[in-house]
Amino acid sequence: MTHHQGKTLSWEIKDGALELALHHPPANEIGTAMLAELEMFVRALAKAESNCSAVIIHSRQPAGFSAGADLRELYTQARPLTPAKRTAGVRKFLKRIHSVLNALDASPLTTIAAVHGVVFGGGFELALACDLIVADKMARFCFPELRLGLVPGFGGIPRLKRDVGNAVVRDLLFTGRSINAAKALAVGLVSQTAGEGEALRVARATAAQISKFDRDTSAAAKRFLKPIPREELRHEIDIFCVLFARPAVMESLRKFVEDKGAHPYLP
Amino acid sequence: MKTLEQTTEEILGLAALHFKVPREQLSAGDDFYRKLKIDSLQALDLLTRLEHHFGIELPDYEVQGVTDFRTLATRIQARL
Repeated sequence: MTHHQGKTLSWEIKDGALELALHHPPANEIGTAMLAELEMFVRALAKAESNCSAVIIHSRQPAGFSAGADLRELYTQARPLTPAKRTAGVRKFLKRIHSVLNALDASPLTTIAAVHGVVFGGGFELALACDLIVADKMARFCFPELRLGLVPGFGGIPRLKRDVGNAVVRDLLFTGRSINAAKALAVGLVSQTAGEGEALRVARATAAQISKFDRDTSAAAKRFLKPIPREELRHEIDIFCVLFARPAVMESLRKFVEDKGAHPYLP
Repeated sequence: MKTLEQTTEEILGLAALHFKVPREQLSAGDDFYRKLKIDSLQALDLLTRLEHHFGIELPDYEVQGVTDFRTLATRIQARL
């Protein structure tokens, strides 16, 4: 399928690049609806390998690239279940999202995340599965999971560890703070920064440059440069599920969901 | 080195410009969430603009609970 117009996301092939646009209001929260469409996208990605050189993932939502997992849906679905069923449900979801992100990570095409605004939690993890991140100067990156008594669950820690040094990994994880695009560029998390509203244009120019090179060579370089930390990714799911089973996590989720104040994205 | 008053004035000017509020309607003691009618995502946007403007890093936990421009200015001043 060379194009798709979905409820939470859409894709099309444009100038040799497969462009995936996220458009799930308010901030591209990743829940079951978006996951199902991401699974469709991964199937389209495999078919696009013969006629594309690059993939660009971007957001049409003004708030940003993605605020991460849909915590409201997670809480609402988990609340009526027994702890054992909650954990089983979350494990199933995590395995599905890991499968999507691993496919994106392993794609022979060069993948570019063009990000702006909030790049938080699961949204950050989606960007980290890509080969390159092009960031609008107003982008902010954050792993807020520890505030909820959790660790990132979509592959965040293994992929962050793969890309940047321990000081950055620990700072982001243990403080839950957000960093801006300039800092992300300085620590090697981001490949390029762009002016406000220009990340997609910069990503397209980058994709055009990538398309000049032999695809097989680029794919071979990618396999060499960017091995997928599969064992750590599996371990992350186990850790997440152990933490998720604790009553304190449900209480943190309840507080987040019921927070009517203006501050839910601040620590 | 900027004085606290200069820093506060620059914050007020930047907030007025970006959130399209007349500068004369803003003062140092104002609750910026209410006065600018912003939510937490827009507060992060303001934080990013302030980091760019002053050339600093301001971890968001340092502005946890801060709601007025004057206190925000003291947090920024400490990073200059």
